Amino acid sequence: MNVLEQGHGKLFMDPDPDNAREFFRKKKRKMDNKVMDLKTAVEKFVNDGDYLAIGGFGANRTPVSACHEIVRQGRKNMGFAGHTSTHDMEILSAGKVYNRIDVAYVVGLEARGLSTCSRQYLESGHVEITEWSNYSLTARLKAAAMGVPYIPVRNLMGTDTLKYSAAKIADCPFTGKKLTLMPALYPDIAIIHVHEADIYGNARFKGIAVSDIDLANAAKRVIITTERLISHDEITRDPSSTRIPYYVVDAVCEEPFGAYPGTMPYEYFSDEEHLKEWLEVEKDSEKFQVFLKKNIYDCKDHEEYISRNGGAKKRRELRAKEMLL
Amino acid sequence: MTEYSAIEMMICVAARELENGSTVGVGTGAPCAAAMLAQKTTAKDLSILFEAGGISPQLPEMPISVGDSRTFYKAAMAGSMGDTMEACSRGFVDYTFLGGAQIDKYGNLNSTIIGKEHRHPKVRLPGSGGANDFASFCWRTMIMTVQDKRRFVEKLDFMTTPGWINGDDSREKSGLPLNTGPYKIITNLALMDFEPKSKRMRVISIHPGYTFNDVQDNCGFELLCAETAEKTHPPSMGELKILREEVDPYRYVIGR
Repeated sequence: MNVLEQGHGKLFMDPDPDNAREFFRKKKRKMDNKVMDLKTAVEKFVNDGDYLAIGGFGANRTPVSACHEIVRQGRKNMGFAGHTSTHDMEILSAGKVYNRIDVAYVVGLEARGLSTCSRQYLESGHVEITEWSNYSLTARLKAAAMGVPYIPVRNLMGTDTLKYSAAKIADCPFTGKKLTLMPALYPDIAIIHVHEADIYGNARFKGIAVSDIDLANAAKRVIITTERLISHDEITRDPSSTRIPYYVVDAVCEEPFGAYPGTMPYEYFSDEEHLKEWLEVEKDSEKFQVFLKKNIYDCKDHEEYISRNGGAKKRRELRAKEMLL
Repeated sequence: MTEYSAIEMMICVAARELENGSTVGVGTGAPCAAAMLAQKTTAKDLSILFEAGGISPQLPEMPISVGDSRTFYKAAMAGSMGDTMEACSRGFVDYTFLGGAQIDKYGNLNSTIIGKEHRHPKVRLPGSGGANDFASFCWRTMIMTVQDKRRFVEKLDFMTTPGWINGDDSREKSGLPLNTGPYKIITNLALMDFEPKSKRMRVISIHPGYTFNDVQDNCGFELLCAETAEKTHPPSMGELKILREEVDPYRYVIGR
């Protein structure tokens, strides 16, 4: 295959499928009870320097409680997949958790505006940045999930996004057309929030999948945070609903309202007031530190964070909003 | 005469461009409002696709995120990002609506950085998101943006998303899917397309109250003007009523 052009962005992760296979070869296949508290899961499976990918879509079905725990435990020098990362990135930027990032969508919170904290952290020069697009990262995870070193797609061509990526353009051996080759992305650790999981890690979620099925299959280690634990019998009664199989999962943590202040489809809507508060308070670095102390560092867990921001009353309101009541 | 704002004008003009029975990939904000207005006026059977996986929802209200639960409310499918983007890549998606911090005369867009140095930008912006993907794959890209010299620039600081690249046949040569590319630009002042040979931006309709000079004065590069350039029809009472009462009653977009 003739490489015609290539991006000069850094490729942070090894796309070699045989290296990944050696890792997966050693991974336990047995259906063990993997339930543990989130603090323990983050201690065990999220290391300084690891490459992290967060499931969901920004502030939708995002494992927010796990992001808080990573910041609380002071993880540093991580790589990060900025695959429509919005509120998750805001939290991880506040903790200066990562120092290299694959960018697809970062810094913004979509229609809500830009995060000053995330923006300034990327502008500081302390973060190594490689540019991609959302589908590029989807394709990279898909390649890893397939166990191949890359897959060819047809985006990025002709743009600076390609120049600052680590993709390559090559001739198609069948048609002669140009193709953009997306290198496989095998994250060290993925954290995915779901509606239901059993103790072994068989997981179900409702609504859009974003790229979470490929992400779960591509990642070397997977933490599932779940709104509810359900019995294994319930999983086996309806196996077509299982979206993530147990053998890719390392830890299962029951985290009700774990996506708060983001949306959990069919459960609760995002707390827009609180997300606005984040964006507002970030503009003043002193106030922001006080805010982070109150909402992350001084909270022992997610339950305490929610209780500091409206508790049961807020939960009821957000549930009603999700149901369009 | 009916009073209306610039953003209402843009949304109404954009909505009229969408054919009934077609598919459109949209984000949040004005593009989504335009697609919803089209569904309630001239394109009842328009299907909306969101990049996070929502396929053909019946939007109950304006989504805040392209992945929030409204984007697959009563949808045909709650799929994945692959489902949406691969439908685009296979040629199933007719239109997309994009915006950006900067646009050039070939309809290329910048949403990555302001400033010349990638490592030390003046302002870091969100990056491509799904924009590069939609603009690469969808048949017709439409761009909705307020127009001024800061946004409409001779040279982009960073080309995030492909338009006609360097004009002429440069897009085709780049390897992007054939017969795709920017189609219409909808601003607060005018409606533009691209001259078929050079692929340079060309004014085809000027909004009421403005002249070609106004449009040119708010643009950092030389615009072409079609000989047949006409006056844009202002939003009708009917369009405005639906936009204000049904599409965006909380004024998330039109109140900005």
